[in-house]
Amino acid sequence: MRLATPRLWIPASVVFLAAALLTGALVGPVHLGALNVVHATFAHVFGLHSPLSGANDAILWQLRLPRVVLGALVGGTLAAAGAAYQGVFRNPLADPYLLGAAAGAGLGATLVASYAPGSGLSGDLLPISAFVGAGVAVVAAYTLGRSAGAAAGPAALVLAGVTIASFFTALQTFVQQQHVETVQEVYSWLLGRLATSGWREVGIIAPYAAAAWLILLGHRRLLDVLAVGDEEAAALGVNVGRVRLFVVVAATIATAAAVAVSGLIAFVGIIVPHTIRLVAGGSYRLLLPLSVVAGAGFLVFADVIARTVMSPAELPIGVVTAFFGAPFFAVVLHTSKRRA
Amino acid sequence: MFRRLIPLVAALAAILFAQPATARPPQRIISLSPAATESLFAIGAGNQVVAVDDQSDYPKKAPHTSLSGVTPNVEAIASYRPDLVVVQYDAGGVVEGLRKLSIRVLVQPSAQNLAAAYGEIAQLGNVTGHKRAAAALIGRMKRTIKRAIASAPRRRLSVYHELSPDFYSATSKTFIGGIYKLFGLRNIADAADSTGSGYPQLSAEYILSANPSLVVLADTRCCGQTVAAVAKRPGWNGVAAVRTGAVVAIDDSIASRWGPRIVQFVQAVAKALRKLGR
Repeated sequence: MRLATPRLWIPASVVFLAAALLTGALVGPVHLGALNVVHATFAHVFGLHSPLSGANDAILWQLRLPRVVLGALVGGTLAAAGAAYQGVFRNPLADPYLLGAAAGAGLGATLVASYAPGSGLSGDLLPISAFVGAGVAVVAAYTLGRSAGAAAGPAALVLAGVTIASFFTALQTFVQQQHVETVQEVYSWLLGRLATSGWREVGIIAPYAAAAWLILLGHRRLLDVLAVGDEEAAALGVNVGRVRLFVVVAATIATAAAVAVSGLIAFVGIIVPHTIRLVAGGSYRLLLPLSVVAGAGFLVFADVIARTVMSPAELPIGVVTAFFGAPFFAVVLHTSKRRA
Repeated sequence: MFRRLIPLVAALAAILFAQPATARPPQRIISLSPAATESLFAIGAGNQVVAVDDQSDYPKKAPHTSLSGVTPNVEAIASYRPDLVVVQYDAGGVVEGLRKLSIRVLVQPSAQNLAAAYGEIAQLGNVTGHKRAAAALIGRMKRTIKRAIASAPRRRLSVYHELSPDFYSATSKTFIGGIYKLFGLRNIADAADSTGSGYPQLSAEYILSANPSLVVLADTRCCGQTVAAVAKRPGWNGVAAVRTGAVVAIDDSIASRWGPRIVQFVQAVAKALRKLGR
């Protein structure tokens, strides 16, 4: 599986993403015809007349395509954020939710669902409060972790993240238990969803995703240096604290934006970077760009499964990423061990 | 000596044996089921109700408390000294806990069809001493529902019943779906229920392609959905129900309970169908 030149993985992953996007656009509960889909997509992009009928055109342009694009943005963001967290904390189990982003966003979403009923799920308030909740949780965890002193290193941050996450989860459970009528709404949000997405959600996340990708990719060499250890990196002239802060802030903002529009989609931030490490090596120079591209492709494929396997019913995407992601990762782990 | 005691013994026996026949109906009822709360008040047993759970929001005059039917606490319930507790299901072993305290418990599970709903109202009537009022209420409900259904034109239209804005729906197998069946409507959720849960999550693409002639929003209170909001959803302006104005917004609590107010739900559907019909 290991290619002679690791750089060949870049075009390979781009082909993977292209295949995912194409499949995502072509496959759905409603059959639109491959030629029509391509034709209509170009027609919309260039402002021409679409060959599809009104309803089918709406299905393609207002439901399916934004969902595919959103899946790619969220997948790429979560995978890149996961890779960055793993690097910055030198912890293979780190995922984008490590510093309490998930728990904070969950609390934010639950508060809105409970105390501002009527503005839930499709309302404007839920993404904002999930975003704010994630930010507050990570800032709290970071402050708490840093108060342990620099000597405590990344382990203190991870512990602080666990502490904050437990606390926020307890608050969320309490609020939820006081407002049982919101259980279903919050639950379906927690499982992750691309089901109700439109171009509006794409517009919400796109700037954050783009900014985070740029910042993370800009730090990919520094992450390689950081991999040797804090003291060694400092001896090489790297401002360890600043790199860590920059990467964490970028990854967190992007994660918060992803969570705000799509709920908690598990496993992408762990499985995608590790699969890439196993097949293409652990250098962040390659790992980060590959994570963005392959993560995008992975989530788009997962969403194709989510909306077709039980068609015309939906499956929560979080279930798909874990259900299909875990065995796939097991195979990768197994084959790489045998080779080594 | 013994002779003199006979009347006394006889009197005691009379009291003892007469007790069951003239037992006073429960005077301190707690309802932990919103549907039962509505029924209790509708059959005139409201004065006997001392507490209702935090989900019972109708009628307004019910004695609202923070008691929970989902995470019930036996001590908190017992502190009201109830002589009857109506629950929807045995959450956290509450039934056994109350029976240990010799408190009578009535379990009234969510009804699967109208017949079961009438059965529960009749049962509440029997238990609370309002048998006749319960029978009258059931009679009125049956007549009103029959009239409403007769008033709607019978065309084979399709319906989408929305439980949440991420497109959870209810099939014909469910209580609410059974009512659409009475109208002869085709439920678009039926095709999506491969697991038989009765409450599948539909994909937005499917809803648009199924193009339902009637859309009923049972997520107006929980999730703030309105007729206007539905029309603004991406792609929905082409849906038949949106174009013809056959989107019905209904109070979630009416559409999710099997109490007396279900009549209002049937009437709302009938009205929308009449508007569509001609």
